[in-house]
Amino acid sequence: MQLIIESLFNGVAIGSVLLIAALGLAIVFGLMGVINLAHGELMMLGAYSTYVTQLIFKLPALKPIYNAYVIVAIGVAFLVSAVVGILLERSVIRRLYGNPLETLLATWGVSLILQQFVRSVPLAYGTGIAIALLTGLILPILLPKNLYKKNRAHLVKFGTWSVSALIGVISSSGLSATISKLGRASARNVDVTAPAWMRGGFELWGITFPMTRLVIIVITGIAVLSVTWFLNRSVWGIRIRAVTQNRSMSDCLGISTETVDVLTFGIGSGLAGVAGVAISLLGSVGPNVGGSYIVGCFMVVVLGGVGNLMGTIIASFCIGIITDLIGAGRLLTIWPQMPAPLASAIDFFATTSMARVLVFALIVIFLQFRPAGLFPQKGRMVEA
Amino acid sequence: MSTPNRIFLGLTSIALGASITACGSNNQASNCPDCDDQVTVGILHSLSGTMAISESTLVDTEKMAIEEINKAGGIQINGKKYEIKYIVEDGASDWPTFAEKSKKLIDQDKVPVVFGGWTSASRKAMLPVYETKDAFLYYPIQYEGQECSNNIFYTGATPNQQSEPATEFMFKLSPAAGKPFFLVGSDYVFPRTSNTITKEQLKALGGKVVGEDYLPLGNTEVAPIIAKIKKALPNGGVIINTLNGDQNVAFFKQIQDVGITPRNGYYVMSYSIAEEEISTIGADFLEGHYGAWNYMMSINTPASKKFARNFKKRWGNDRVVADPQESAYNMVYLWKAAVEKAGTFNDNAVRKALIGVKFDAPQGPVEVMPNHHLSQTVRIGQITSNGQFKILQSTDTPIAPQAWNQYEPSSKGYACDWTDSQKGRKYRL
Repeated sequence: MQLIIESLFNGVAIGSVLLIAALGLAIVFGLMGVINLAHGELMMLGAYSTYVTQLIFKLPALKPIYNAYVIVAIGVAFLVSAVVGILLERSVIRRLYGNPLETLLATWGVSLILQQFVRSVPLAYGTGIAIALLTGLILPILLPKNLYKKNRAHLVKFGTWSVSALIGVISSSGLSATISKLGRASARNVDVTAPAWMRGGFELWGITFPMTRLVIIVITGIAVLSVTWFLNRSVWGIRIRAVTQNRSMSDCLGISTETVDVLTFGIGSGLAGVAGVAISLLGSVGPNVGGSYIVGCFMVVVLGGVGNLMGTIIASFCIGIITDLIGAGRLLTIWPQMPAPLASAIDFFATTSMARVLVFALIVIFLQFRPAGLFPQKGRMVEA
Repeated sequence: MSTPNRIFLGLTSIALGASITACGSNNQASNCPDCDDQVTVGILHSLSGTMAISESTLVDTEKMAIEEINKAGGIQINGKKYEIKYIVEDGASDWPTFAEKSKKLIDQDKVPVVFGGWTSASRKAMLPVYETKDAFLYYPIQYEGQECSNNIFYTGATPNQQSEPATEFMFKLSPAAGKPFFLVGSDYVFPRTSNTITKEQLKALGGKVVGEDYLPLGNTEVAPIIAKIKKALPNGGVIINTLNGDQNVAFFKQIQDVGITPRNGYYVMSYSIAEEEISTIGADFLEGHYGAWNYMMSINTPASKKFARNFKKRWGNDRVVADPQESAYNMVYLWKAAVEKAGTFNDNAVRKALIGVKFDAPQGPVEVMPNHHLSQTVRIGQITSNGQFKILQSTDTPIAPQAWNQYEPSSKGYACDWTDSQKGRKYRL
């Protein structure tokens, strides 16, 4: 019993990291059919947002509520990645709908640009740019609509953007002056330290449950629930699904498909940012951190069945549990009397490297029989 | 074109511009005004990718050593003073790139020497280039041994100067003495060879290895490994860690969460964690665990303190120095000494002159041995809460390097000696 619970927990823990990372992609790739190779870099931006938030919360003024920085970081990471994602959609991907190969190349290029950006530009400047973009996008929503009268519209637009640029410059210089770590560009990996309450673990039935893993499982759970609620219950969610099912018909019925595209991509990218928070709690944060997750993300989405959220969830937990079963050599513990040749074969695969190989092999075999994944569903393809 | 598009393009061009300046910045202030001539050397480390975190510190140290030499009058050959200039190339954590950039430095830039590499994989990729072109590589990292090239000088520790004394210490003297061992490493040549040696050594000592696992490079999912360690070592024990780069962060963060800590009787001995890595991972996660090196920043000698002080002065007060940096620092000075001894930059003369060269390094005296490795002092330290090592054990005299390991069955009884044309790369003792 203890063994089963421990194995299950480990599998769910590995699976939830995969799931939170793949959730955004399930929307962008699954619902919109966009192959976004910069998804990993959007996660990386989320991880760096966590790092910057952590440093800001170390300032004397915010020190008393330092323990809550992770919760703030989730919001910050979501916003930063969502804004970058929206810019990416409006500037690059929008022009390439219907050209999957070009999209693939362009987003890969963007991923390289983003990697080099965090390497060569001090984080304070990056933060300044993010703040300027955020205020620039939010100001028009806050300002009263009647400001945008015909002849003034351009002036007001120009005004809001220059105000936000100013805010960005001020905050970036303020940050680089107060926090020296943000003032220098560095290719070195940085470290996010979980607050004290998230360190360690607690024991139950002789098993230690690490807190960070539990927090990640909770974050994943909340993210999955809110995405499900959003897609199934909210007005915009229903519009997104309508566009997914039939774009031209939705267009005829008065749904602004352009807005839907921006919104969908923004949410998918924002979720990548939330995943960035989760991975920053597990390992170190560096320019390449996204690259190690992107393959896993696509694997999960393809295995689950493109365009199906349920499939993504089940696929990631399956991969998690199988990885743990093989990699930690649990089969031998579960069935100690197994015949010697089988036991030695399993022992051979009971290392992390071989487990990865075997999981990939199993997925390849599975896809031979069910090429459309666990739950095939007709989604909107890029060609449509 | 809408406004966000413009912003995005602006952002892109900033990133591009920044990257171009980052790659192109090679402006070295001339700080040897009375030098008569110049000599350009190559520096080849990863400035991007996974290994950048570690290798960029070596570039900083090598630049510092070169600047120090220039300030002190450069290299002096027959009364003529040469100022050292350098070309920095980025190996990009990609092994074929190391080979390619080596070719560029040798053929195009015609440098007499290249200081470079970190991972064994990068060295193995560069080795054929230097051997066919008969050029020179100075390699500063502790490694698994089992190699002895006529064209490489290894200034880091061999296993008998790091892992062997460390294993013996953990088995005999550590709080977990006599307990079983678990071996964890990244999946490439150094951890696998190093662990083969450790297993043979433990067999000879009467110790027990209860498990080993390797994490593919770039993978940071350590949950299955931790489950295995908990199963294999229920009552504590020794974990020998040869993980590389940022995988260590994931490993130490997560083992602490499940209670694999010194307080519960689990002691990790790491071969790739020095002061630089401690400051990145965080001393909270590492306190009480062990490390083995030739140089530790806490060595209380004037030479060591001066080295640390100069480095901080040059690169910032929050920076630290560590064994790989000391080794990189030594190799620049050793090369300078050899060139001055030979009286020429000619490859073969420098190679001959280098053997027997002594240098008062920050760690203490080192000497280049006939097998192209250094004799060095070995130290075992425990990590303290302020991110330094508390030195527990230190050899009285430098230990001679063994290029071919004496525990590993395939190389037992062999040695390397380039001063004797009869012996060479691998001869029977």
